[in-house]
Amino acid sequence: MGDRAVVFELGDEISPVVNQKVRELFVGFDRAAIKGIVELVPGYRSLLVIYNPLKNNPQELESLAGAILNDKGASQLPAPKTVEIPVVYGEEYGPDLKWVARYHKISPQAVIRLHTQPVYHVYMIGFTPGYPYLGELPDALSTPRRKTPRILVPRGSVGIAQKQTGIYPVASPGGWQIIGRTPVGLFDPLNQPPALLSMGDFVRFFPISKDEMITWQQRHA
Amino acid sequence: MAATACIKILAPGLQTSVQDLGRFGHARFGVAHSGALDSFAMRTGNLLVGNPEHEACLETLLMGLRIEALSDVLIAVTGADLRPMVDKRLLKMWGSCILEKGQVLGFTQPASGCRAYIAVGGGIKVPSVLGSKSTNLPSGFGGFEGRMLQAEDILFAASPHDKRFEKGCTLTAGDIPFYPNRWNLRVMWGPQDNDFKRTARDTFITATYRASTDADRTGIRLDGLPLERKEDMPESILSEGVVSGSIQVPGDGKPIIILAETVTGGYRKIATVISADMPLLGQIKPGDEIAFRTVSLENARKALREMESKIQRLKKKPLLASDNSNVFAETAQLRKR
Repeated sequence: MGDRAVVFELGDEISPVVNQKVRELFVGFDRAAIKGIVELVPGYRSLLVIYNPLKNNPQELESLAGAILNDKGASQLPAPKTVEIPVVYGEEYGPDLKWVARYHKISPQAVIRLHTQPVYHVYMIGFTPGYPYLGELPDALSTPRRKTPRILVPRGSVGIAQKQTGIYPVASPGGWQIIGRTPVGLFDPLNQPPALLSMGDFVRFFPISKDEMITWQQRHA
Repeated sequence: MAATACIKILAPGLQTSVQDLGRFGHARFGVAHSGALDSFAMRTGNLLVGNPEHEACLETLLMGLRIEALSDVLIAVTGADLRPMVDKRLLKMWGSCILEKGQVLGFTQPASGCRAYIAVGGGIKVPSVLGSKSTNLPSGFGGFEGRMLQAEDILFAASPHDKRFEKGCTLTAGDIPFYPNRWNLRVMWGPQDNDFKRTARDTFITATYRASTDADRTGIRLDGLPLERKEDMPESILSEGVVSGSIQVPGDGKPIIILAETVTGGYRKIATVISADMPLLGQIKPGDEIAFRTVSLENARKALREMESKIQRLKKKPLLASDNSNVFAETAQLRKR
């Protein structure tokens, strides 16, 4: 694509297997630390490599990609972490919780139970700094996006769309159904790394009360 | 040594922010590159005031910015011609000069291009965040307090300017870019050009598009003939990394040129603007016409080498004595207005 980037496509579906291959390629390129490569952006099923057109050749990068994928050293990938994320569901923090419950003809409590059940896989970070694309929601919770996106979704909002769920690390526009909010910070540009989560990590949500959120915020202020 | 207050913002104009070459290496965490959209103008401005080419500058949009010098400041204005005036005199662009303490520089009207750059000798003192002084406007960090500049903001110089450049330095006239109202942008196909109908690919390289008012540092939405996907192709794809300059096509078929404030997306990209034409994207303004032309990788590289050689020529240019004799050369012309 263009004179300064290549996209390596490793499948065409949301699947942990495809995403694991993306991670292998991503980590492989990162470790190779090729001079001239300016950016590696892992996606659901692809890795974007942005390079300096006066220093690198797409052919050279393609053969490196082949070598990385053939090397069965995948067991040496860094161990992903599992992060537990507290969420206040509903009311002013989750303005779409009731709509989602009505849509599925279940109670808001059942929505919370379904949302806190799985261990989610972090497929990629994108959209805004630190925004994790998490999958997959239970089928019973698969919900369309809002017809009209919100102009400003507050920081910490937890949303769902189709079979994905995610967390808004910074206030931004957004079209996902907002069911709750977390006091946990997912992005701080002064930290290294700046994001709490990386692709390949795991996330579990657990419900907390409004009071517990306030206590949590005071403790971390 | 203590930093010197150098510039006070009297009026911020439509949008003025601190930008350097951008923030790279953090896209894996969703961090956009930000940075000067017209990197050629920005790098040139820095070299004209004796800075390293990557130093942070001010980027200002179309009109309205007014700044006052709080000390004698070495500056260079490059990029869009927004009729920069100092005390009712038109300032000559693409050259360095001293803005004396108390003088006011104002950008009065867009004559050509969209974004002007003000390089300050010694650089602008803002903290480096994730390796860059650029402002990430959508997410509110970096640059000057993570935001656009406002009236009454005071900028400090990072270090004293290089006295040798006080004589003034100018870019060779032939190397100054031209910003038209009708752009011919060079592109290479892909990555998803094969997902579009044959007719859509033909349309893309023969039709003329118009830059809409729906434009910011994230992207420029174009009006014109819609580009149709093949029948079996759904509207969106699984989200993936995008490089700035890629031309993505959402459901309505109207292309969007991606700029510097996003690194991922979920639409198909029909083509990507070549590196040598990237600086031009920052100069496209609403209403401008755009035509696309495909080139080979070889020609794309050749064009980039040509652009880089202009920068190299400027780096090697000897400082000429009294080079700034005609800093206000266009004064006579201005009085006629």
